[in-house]
Amino acid sequence: MIKVAGIKRGTVIDHVTAGKGLWIFNKLNLASLGHPVVLLMNVQSSRLGRKDIIKIEDYTAVDTAMLGLIDAGITVNIIENEQVVNKTQVSLPQVVSGLFACGNPRCVSNSDHYVTPIFALYEAHSRAYLCEYCEEVTKVAWK
Amino acid sequence: MLNLRGRHLVSPSDLTLAEIDSIIALAQDMQRQRGNYSELCRGKILATLFYEPSTRTKLSFESAMLRMGGSILGFSDANASAVAKGESLADTIRVMDAYADIIVLRHPKEGAPKLASAYSRVPIVNGGDGGHQHPTQTLTDLLTIQAYKGRCSDLSVAFCGDLRYGRTVHSLIETLVRYPGGKFYLISPEELVLPLRLREYLQRTSSCQIIECRSMEDVLPHIDILYMTRIQKERFFNEADYLRLKNSYILDAAKLSLAKQDLVVMHPLPRVNEIAYEVDADPRAAYFAQAEYGVYVRMSLMAHLLGVTS
Repeated sequence: MIKVAGIKRGTVIDHVTAGKGLWIFNKLNLASLGHPVVLLMNVQSSRLGRKDIIKIEDYTAVDTAMLGLIDAGITVNIIENEQVVNKTQVSLPQVVSGLFACGNPRCVSNSDHYVTPIFALYEAHSRAYLCEYCEEVTKVAWK
Repeated sequence: MLNLRGRHLVSPSDLTLAEIDSIIALAQDMQRQRGNYSELCRGKILATLFYEPSTRTKLSFESAMLRMGGSILGFSDANASAVAKGESLADTIRVMDAYADIIVLRHPKEGAPKLASAYSRVPIVNGGDGGHQHPTQTLTDLLTIQAYKGRCSDLSVAFCGDLRYGRTVHSLIETLVRYPGGKFYLISPEELVLPLRLREYLQRTSSCQIIECRSMEDVLPHIDILYMTRIQKERFFNEADYLRLKNSYILDAAKLSLAKQDLVVMHPLPRVNEIAYEVDADPRAAYFAQAEYGVYVRMSLMAHLLGVTS
């Protein structure tokens, strides 16, 4: 089994559904972050069977809203002095700003490039969000 | 008169029922005693920024401001303005709010007035944004209902035609369900039903009865108000769909004979062919009076948002 050392300070994104790690790596743009990053894929997990893990050294500002949209099973651990100082179970965010486009082609947020689309969670089980501008519902396809 | 000075009106839900009542009450007084208000907005400037064509909304706002002694400026063709040079809505609003005391915005993009309100120091009034909202038409409709029925509660109201893209319908029904005792019939072809989100919202937030149907004749004997709408060519991406649906519902004298004698027939205008001209002479036809009420309600709204009193 591959052994990867722990990190002294940073973030461990754990319990990622196997196969989504690379997608999250790209969505969070970790390649250009400038910090050491490890992506582990298909690691054995008692909870999931198999899982992916991402470790980022010296960086703690990960976008938990985006992680919640991608995989609500993810745990984010913040590490200081090799200890977990904060553990967060991500969930679908109540408010989302700028992470996806409004599904309504007539919405002003799709035509005026300087507008940041803003959504409020409308219905969790269908992953539906209500656009602050046009009040139409967009269902987030990420999963 | 309630104080609404400096407020924006993007959606009817921006107003409480008490605030709507205040606007309607002042509008009724303005209709009765128009001369008392002829100097109310002396020195005030209204900017009408119309990014898509409009006749009655634009002219009724301009008439309303002129009848209160104010002045008007603006454009009705985005292609002839700085917009054609590529200016963003945000920049246009930031410039215009130095030129005017209140701005009315009509825009084809849904949510544009909400965006504009974030950049404006003066009140923004939504004059219609795509298929989304048209709050001043709603105020006009409420004033008409109040004038004909003496109340906005405990009424059976049928909405007929394009309920999918018809923003006047969206704004009015969202507001009417806030009054108690309403019963609403939604008459439209399958392709033009009320948007799902709005239907769910109505069902979740009100105890009103909402009945979807396809036949106008079945509903006519049971209703107090018939709200007709035009099938809007400009909302269709596909002309073939428009041609197939445009004659779905036409109100004529024969159909009207099925209705109550005190029915009120409303229409936001312009009509194409959904109300036969023979209906115009029927005392139940309220749509031209409705257009006149639009001036008084816009006078009252602007007086409220500008915080001017007689």
